[in-house]
Amino acid sequence: MFIFMATFLGMHRKICKALLMLAFLLPWTNSGFASLNAEEEHSADSVSAAHGSESSEETEKLNPGNFIFDHIKDAHEWHIMSIGKKHISIPLPVILYSKSRGLTIFMSSKFEHGHATYKGFRLETTGKNKNKIFEEDGSQPFDISITKNIASLFFGVLLLLYIFLSMGRAYRKNPVSAPSGWQTWLEPIVIFVRDDIIKPSVGPKYERYTPYLLTLFFFIWINNMLGLIPIPPAGANLMGNIAMTMVLAVLTFIITTVSGTRDYWKHIFNTPGVPWWLKLPIPIMPVVEALGIFTKPIVLMIRLFANITAGHIIVMAFIMLIYIFAEMSTGLAYGISVVSVLFNVFMTFLELLVAFIQAFIFTFLSSIYFGLALAEHHEEHQQENA
Amino acid sequence: MDLLIPEFGTIFWSLLVFGITFFILARYAWKPMLKALKQRDTSIAEALQAAEKAKADVSKLHAENEKLLAEARVERDKILQEARELKDALLSESRELAKKEGHKMIEDAREAIKNERAAAIQDIKKQVSELSVAISEKILLHELSDPAKQKEIIEKSLVDVKFN
Repeated sequence: MFIFMATFLGMHRKICKALLMLAFLLPWTNSGFASLNAEEEHSADSVSAAHGSESSEETEKLNPGNFIFDHIKDAHEWHIMSIGKKHISIPLPVILYSKSRGLTIFMSSKFEHGHATYKGFRLETTGKNKNKIFEEDGSQPFDISITKNIASLFFGVLLLLYIFLSMGRAYRKNPVSAPSGWQTWLEPIVIFVRDDIIKPSVGPKYERYTPYLLTLFFFIWINNMLGLIPIPPAGANLMGNIAMTMVLAVLTFIITTVSGTRDYWKHIFNTPGVPWWLKLPIPIMPVVEALGIFTKPIVLMIRLFANITAGHIIVMAFIMLIYIFAEMSTGLAYGISVVSVLFNVFMTFLELLVAFIQAFIFTFLSSIYFGLALAEHHEEHQQENA
Repeated sequence: MDLLIPEFGTIFWSLLVFGITFFILARYAWKPMLKALKQRDTSIAEALQAAEKAKADVSKLHAENEKLLAEARVERDKILQEARELKDALLSESRELAKKEGHKMIEDAREAIKNERAAAIQDIKKQVSELSVAISEKILLHELSDPAKQKEIIEKSLVDVKFN
């Protein structure tokens, strides 16, 4: 299984790259500036004991790690800037459901950036549960607030709907006429997605899957690009949110599993062309293949998340560089700012490319998974012989 | 809010929003769009096919025309050739005929001249004989007016005549 995972990772160099980026970046921000919260990058497994000291430092000393991760992660308010100790941010609606209090809706400004308790709810501002809402008794309500990411999601989707509904209307009005306006821009892309991603990967039954895959592609792409614009309502790290990519990956997983033919399941549990001893006493192949069902969407989820998050981290890190040097000397910061800005411009172009590539890869791999689920037996034999 | 642990709220909203977006787009954007694209594809394909067919037709027509033209050219050449031959034949025939006619006319003229001459000679002969008779008559009348002379002549003539 380990070998399998390794080959899987080898197949998808993209993730390796993203993980390398993360691995390269995090120690760099960490080692230089000791105040980085250790638990942030090691995720859930290590609960930091250091967060107490970190919180006292926060107000006095610049903390690049926290700053970056505050951006990368979701929040209940849309932070624009802080002047001194005054935070300027857009409040967002908080929607909570708890067993004791029922449904509660209020604006996140009521928390006063975590300083106040409102209707028995408080916003955690530090530590592992930063930005999470708790009841006064310490229990956690169902939080379906419109957070930064969700607001960005709404905006992205409204943009998506506006563009494509107006396009759809144009097609409904005069279907055979030459494209105009938005159509000239997006029609080639739609045709590209249909003819170069969906059709060859899914196979003859591609038409049933085209609406989902097109939605997927443009949803990911537009939200990726919005993430590059630093001004609200864009600029949230939506596609670098594991929940968001998980939803997309799970949808792909469900569609793949539901549309799996008998041959698909046979291929998983009784793989043709494999020696019997790999199946019979110990079912190595079936286990590996069955694991593959789940690793595929998980890889989809992680790839998109890691790529977009890595991009955001790099851009933020280069901005932080200016402030880090400003603590040492103002002149140095001016010098570094030129480098930082130039590099960020370069990174933004790169991320523009990544935004497309990740949308492409997600759609392409989803198409391939659907294609595998739909594949007929004789086709697979041909592939194996080839 | 942890980086690697999915938030319930985010899952809830993204699923809801993505789902609604999917249904709206599928119904009002992708459906008309893909239909239109397909329609356009087929119409373009049909137009191309029709153009190809028209091209084939035109080239066929062209070939036919070419063939007809070639045939017409051959026909024309044949007709011209025939006309030339006919002309030559007619010309030589008429030449022959004229020659023959000329000959005949010359022959006739010759014959007529011959006849005329014969007639004229005959006439001259007749006149000469008549004239001779008249002259002889006059001479005779003049000579024989003297009996002595008559006698002399007779004598002379008798000298000439030899009896066998």
